[in-house]
Amino acid sequence: MSDTKKFLFVNRKAPYGTIYAWESLEVILISAAFEQDVSLVFVDDGVFQIAKGQDTSDLGIKNFSPTYNALGDYDINKIYIEKESLEARGLTVDDLLKLTYEDEDDDWAEKDSIHVVSSAELVEIMDQQDVVLSF
Amino acid sequence: MSIEVNGKTLETDEEGYLSNLNEWEPEVANIMAKLDDAELNENHWEVINFLREYYEEYQIAPAVRVLTKAIGKKLGKDKGNSKYLYELFPYGPGKQACKYAGLPKPTGCV
Amino acid sequence: MPMLHTVNKSPFERGALESCVRLAIKGSSVLLIEDGIYGATKGTTASDMVENAMKDLDFYVLGSDLKARGVDEGRLIDGITVVDYSGFVKLAVDNDKVQAWL
Repeated sequence: MSDTKKFLFVNRKAPYGTIYAWESLEVILISAAFEQDVSLVFVDDGVFQIAKGQDTSDLGIKNFSPTYNALGDYDINKIYIEKESLEARGLTVDDLLKLTYEDEDDDWAEKDSIHVVSSAELVEIMDQQDVVLSF
Repeated sequence: MSIEVNGKTLETDEEGYLSNLNEWEPEVANIMAKLDDAELNENHWEVINFLREYYEEYQIAPAVRVLTKAIGKKLGKDKGNSKYLYELFPYGPGKQACKYAGLPKPTGCV
Repeated sequence: MPMLHTVNKSPFERGALESCVRLAIKGSSVLLIEDGIYGATKGTTASDMVENAMKDLDFYVLGSDLKARGVDEGRLIDGITVVDYSGFVKLAVDNDKVQAWL
């Protein structure tokens, strides 16, 4: 396991208006295939990526928000949301997708992947990473 | 590239994946298998149908590791291993089964 | 002369909406589209600016872009009108000029 690195993906853009959110999600899924220790952060407008109730049928483009629900299957279960970013946008954790994973070491109990953290806590989380990728 | 299915011409990419997944019908899988000199039995169909359901729910084709784990959970441990899946789909369960299911190649699959 | 202004950028990331409300002449219409729709929601760091601007400007938001982003109409600032694509066209036709704030 010595070659496992801590990867952090920092997501800061709203979905659909630009391609960043989708590009990030694709790279996240690819990185999971290499069995690295992956964490995700959603800050600034990135919090809009995991808003629940997205429906792009009128726009004729793909709604990729259901794909975030698959992250648990990919063993990606450390998803950090900055509290200050949510508050600035009038959002609470109840406005977000409920992302969960099944804990293999705890009889497959379903657990929350999302952790709302303060800016100060996020400083610590970002400081602990080996690789940070920004979208 | 394209394939002929029930008198219709369906467009595929250069690797044989269906360009428009809405054009899929079961006969697509049978014809693609025939092109690979394979014949589909009910074990193949279990995996193909599983992949289509997975795509419907998550909008992606799962990575092989994820597929293996999920198949094991749904269809039992004797099927949730790569030996079983590679015997069914020797070109790779991700690549070959996704192709037959009309899905894009799994993200991260090269 | 009043005109139609469209804004397609998030007010939390760019200054497009802020510049628009600062420079639009009284009586103009502002249509929020794409990522611009986030400016129509209440309880945000941009809401006060929009509520102030509504004294002089009429605000509209494109329903399809709200729906795509999962923004419920109940979260909109009171007094903002939701329009569909034909409403967008009507606004464009009813105004002599259209300015897009990108």
